[in-house]
Amino acid sequence: MIPAGFEYHRPGDIASAIGILQEHGDEARVIAGGHSLIPMMKLRMAEMGHLVDLQAIEELKGIEIGADTVSLGAMVTQHELITHDGLATAIPLIREAALQVADPQVRYVGTVGGNVANGDPGNDMPGLMQCLNATFELSGPDGRRSVAAREFYEAAYFTARDDEEILTRISIPVPGAGVGQAYEKQKRKIGDYATAAAAVMVGNGQASVAMTNLADTPVWSESASNALADGDVSGCVAAMLDAIDPVADNRGPVEFKKHVAAVMLRRAIERAQSRAD
Amino acid sequence: MNDQTLTPEERAANLKGMGSSRKRVEDVRFTQGKGNYVDDIKLDGMLFGAFVRSPYAHARVVSVNKEAALAIPGVVAVLTAEDLAPLGLHWMPTLAGDKQMVLADGKVLFQGQEVAYVVAENRYIAADAAELVEVDYEELPVLTDPFEALKSDVVLREDLAGQTDGAHGPRKHHNHIFTWEQGDKDATEAVLGEADVVAEEMVYYHRTHPCPLETCGCVASMDKVTGKLTLYGTFQAPHAIRTVVSLISGLAEHNIRVISPDIGGGFGNKVGAYAGYVCSVVASIVTGQPVKWVENRMENLMSTAFARDYWMQGKIAATKDGKITGLWCHTTADHGGFDACADPTKFPAGFMNICTGSYDIPTAYLAVDGVYTNKAPGGVAYRCSFRVTEAAYFIERMIEVLAIKLNMDAAELRRINFIKADQFPYQSALGWEYDSGDYHTAWDKALKAVGYEGLRAEQAQRIEDFRAGKTRKLLGIGLTHFTEIVGAGPVKNCDILGLGMFDSCEIRIHPTGSAIARLGTISQGQGHATTFAQIIASEIGLPADDITLEEGDTDTAPYGLGTYGSRSTPVAGAATAMAARKIRAKAQMIAAYLLEVHDNDVEWDVDRFAVKGAPERFKTMKEIAFAAYNQAIPGLEPGLEAVSYYDPPNMTYPFGAYICVMEIDVDTGEWDVRQFYALDDCGTRINPMIIEGQVHGGVTEALAIAMGQEIAYDEMGNVKTATLMDFFLPTAWETPNYTTDHTVTPSPHHPIGAKGVGESPNVGGVPAFSNAVHDAFRPFGLVQSHMPHDHWRIWKIANGLGMHG
Amino acid sequence: MSKMHVKLTVNGKQVEGLAEPRTLLIHFLREDLKITGPHIGCETSHCGACTVDIDGKSVKSCTTFVAQVNGADVTTVEGLTNDDGSLGVLQEMFREHHGLQCGFCTPGMITRAHRLLQENPNPTEEDIRFGMSGNLCRCTGYQNIVKAIAASADMLNAQKEAAE
Repeated sequence: MIPAGFEYHRPGDIASAIGILQEHGDEARVIAGGHSLIPMMKLRMAEMGHLVDLQAIEELKGIEIGADTVSLGAMVTQHELITHDGLATAIPLIREAALQVADPQVRYVGTVGGNVANGDPGNDMPGLMQCLNATFELSGPDGRRSVAAREFYEAAYFTARDDEEILTRISIPVPGAGVGQAYEKQKRKIGDYATAAAAVMVGNGQASVAMTNLADTPVWSESASNALADGDVSGCVAAMLDAIDPVADNRGPVEFKKHVAAVMLRRAIERAQSRAD
Repeated sequence: MNDQTLTPEERAANLKGMGSSRKRVEDVRFTQGKGNYVDDIKLDGMLFGAFVRSPYAHARVVSVNKEAALAIPGVVAVLTAEDLAPLGLHWMPTLAGDKQMVLADGKVLFQGQEVAYVVAENRYIAADAAELVEVDYEELPVLTDPFEALKSDVVLREDLAGQTDGAHGPRKHHNHIFTWEQGDKDATEAVLGEADVVAEEMVYYHRTHPCPLETCGCVASMDKVTGKLTLYGTFQAPHAIRTVVSLISGLAEHNIRVISPDIGGGFGNKVGAYAGYVCSVVASIVTGQPVKWVENRMENLMSTAFARDYWMQGKIAATKDGKITGLWCHTTADHGGFDACADPTKFPAGFMNICTGSYDIPTAYLAVDGVYTNKAPGGVAYRCSFRVTEAAYFIERMIEVLAIKLNMDAAELRRINFIKADQFPYQSALGWEYDSGDYHTAWDKALKAVGYEGLRAEQAQRIEDFRAGKTRKLLGIGLTHFTEIVGAGPVKNCDILGLGMFDSCEIRIHPTGSAIARLGTISQGQGHATTFAQIIASEIGLPADDITLEEGDTDTAPYGLGTYGSRSTPVAGAATAMAARKIRAKAQMIAAYLLEVHDNDVEWDVDRFAVKGAPERFKTMKEIAFAAYNQAIPGLEPGLEAVSYYDPPNMTYPFGAYICVMEIDVDTGEWDVRQFYALDDCGTRINPMIIEGQVHGGVTEALAIAMGQEIAYDEMGNVKTATLMDFFLPTAWETPNYTTDHTVTPSPHHPIGAKGVGESPNVGGVPAFSNAVHDAFRPFGLVQSHMPHDHWRIWKIANGLGMHG
Repeated sequence: MSKMHVKLTVNGKQVEGLAEPRTLLIHFLREDLKITGPHIGCETSHCGACTVDIDGKSVKSCTTFVAQVNGADVTTVEGLTNDDGSLGVLQEMFREHHGLQCGFCTPGMITRAHRLLQENPNPTEEDIRFGMSGNLCRCTGYQNIVKAIAASADMLNAQKEAAE
């Protein structure tokens, strides 16, 4: 498995990176940790003339914990998410989910920005970010704009990001005190994509639920969230089952996936509720 | 401390001979990254080969256009069947008496089949060029189901058109390969007709793949000056490869040197001869440069071999008290596009006729039909002797199915049907002579060790709790008592391509009392360099640490048939002991001469010959070795070396009792192995540490196979599980800790009584895991469900039994 | 494709060479530098046989372009042998506890275990199994690998204590 050739770029700031994307158009792609992109390149399912490595751009790094908001640089790795004590206190759900992403080696280099921007329905972070009501900051030739995670995903590998834009940061409102959180993921073995995964926040009369790998995008359901906020677990599960649209694959047939989606969601709700004050 | 003051026990311990958990000599290299695997070999001017492969499972190859590929700088050649045809190498013989395309000759029969071979200066250029070879295909109807294939008008093997006889007798249909029958059909059917109870079930053992961590590969290096071809490769049978290369290439065998360097796991995958080897040899001959080919993981899973894929229809008859009276089995064997199964010539379905297992079954009948389909060829024995895992899985499932029918405890049903210790040697209804065994002792020890009664009580409570809605988890207790048949084998009935399945060892003692031994086998992780030195140490009294072991170089090692089917210890291990005994016999004469007594007046004492009745008068083996090189002894040649070619009188029959305790979540299909107990009886134990390691590894492979690992095809013949994302190999996280145990029933016909152990855990492990799944659902009405038991299939069992409300 | 100038520190030594940007780090190590300890097993980042340590992180070198790590400090299993040529603690414990058979996964296992113990000097069995979950072994069933790593932790801690 050998990738096709490309020119390599390692810009030092966002403007230079966008400049390269503008110059080469379709021929250029950004690479973060590369653990989604490089296997696709080795299988020759992805080929590009120019690879733009974002690792040298300082603005894309760092975790900032504010009173109301957590800000994650796009190049923050899963490993950093797991080992950042302040983040674990502010939003424990992120660490809990990041520990279920791939394996230790991949987590050292795999980034949160890459995970959310790639648009792979199997990735864990998009559903998580929808649950947390995160906002993605995009920088492009026309400047910066923000897109809500809940509005970012259009179809598998298709997102609201334009080709010449780079996802630079993620802002996440810190859930209020008393909000319980949980991430439940069924997988064939450790490191696998989810057969079904559920991210849940509940408490203080509010709730948010999102699920992963059960449609061609992550699924956040307003009606499921509202039902749970009202304490109606069965209503929440029913609404979510209406919202998901799994397809049969090696992880199992549709009816199985729907069943375990409900099981994961119920378990996540139960655990999140047990953590709510 | 010196030789005089040590007790015989202390002297024996210093040898680190048989029975010692000697640390492995291989590990000093491997732990430092200093192994020498085939892809580590780098020769001057070496080129790299890469295949263009078919994306279709069944298609005509209309044309192959090489132009664009050849235009890339650094591309040396692009070979197709047309280029190989003048050499007669576009097809090659298979181990099963069939033939197989080396490169697509007009059509392809499975996805991933080799179509063209690109040779370039490095692997990057080769990969780029392979992308640019344009192949025009015309798709044909695809057959992935062997039962459909036997009914279909679609002819897969047009090259065999009109041939009503194959290598193993008549062919009944154009997609049929052979029928193989064993036992007494009429008598068995009569028993079935009269029996109190007959249980009948289809037992499917799904297609999977050995998937060693290192894929297959080779480096072919033709020296045009000397006319000598050196072929390095991942070969489990280097000598047989040399002979095969000679036969198909026309190169004289003495001009071929085959070297198996370190091998990164084999498990049967590296027994066969693959297109990559042939193309690399041709490319090296054509270019005069060395050519390396190493397949990638997808190529490995899609094209070099597969394992299992047996549909086993079974009927088992018993009295109402549970005494088995007869066993009937009809197997439909899916062999893929070419019959390239790796079995001894006279056994087209391997040793499937060991399927009467550990039980005294007076009457039995087995028939196997081999079938062509649009799948990869190369049915290999994945960590088992030929088709023994299939046989063991079949009988261990049929026992469970019978227990359900009889409403009996499956442990008790086994106990009342075991062959008794005093029945050995035991003649089985399907033609084997079991050498030795004590199944009742092993079984009772196993049941006691796990607290079987207590487990059943816990299970009963669990069922009650489940029915009361207190838990959603079931408890399964998976039982297995397996009997293997390994150590192929006696030359009178075992050969591969006409080569008798003996094996060999040559030992040379150096003047200073150290030694080198060379064998016809090749280690792929089994630790031969460690254990075979232990056999020699015990036999001739030189420390194992002073004995070097070499394997895998056909220019230096004596001829042998290689390492697979747990044959190294039963066959080459026996040759090693026999060669050592020849040395000891000569040493006895030397010692007697030195001690000035008659040959019969000295006796062996651990590491020396001593005068009978005068143990203080002795010559150590070290002293004898020196004397062999510096004394002119009347009637004896100088030197001290021996070679043995060992033709085993019988197979060996290792056995074991495995018990798995598994928790199963009925809502998600998730499972957790709570306990796994493995008792093995492999006869005499050479290195307990290595035996335990073999059991851990083999049970883990069994866990993978039973619980998720498969080569799955869609209806278009596309492989759905071609990467390690989908092809299940468990990590440290899914793998439980195992408890190992043993009994020792030596083989009566083996020089040291050893039977072999490397494959027992795979043979016994698969039914233990599968039976645990079945056992968990037995109280709710499950009789049979096919592997692999991955989450969705377990969920489906529960769903089908109405357990989801 | 034009080649780029690559500079790395590998096992404490400065090395440089020319490579196409698409060259995978595993190939640069194995083919250009002849450091053949790291192996190629799956090529899709699932097996960990190619694991090396880069700037204090365990990384799968089959899924890393050499261009991405230009300038980095790389340690392979070859770099974990003691300066006097004797086996390092992990290497010795893998041997002692029969934590390897065919040896193909071993370089990646040991390199990964090295980083695991740097980050967690007192791992539980569960920590080890979780921390090694990016490395596949087909031979050992992991039980003795886990044992070898636990024993290495004990020995490293004892050595540290003795030094203090």
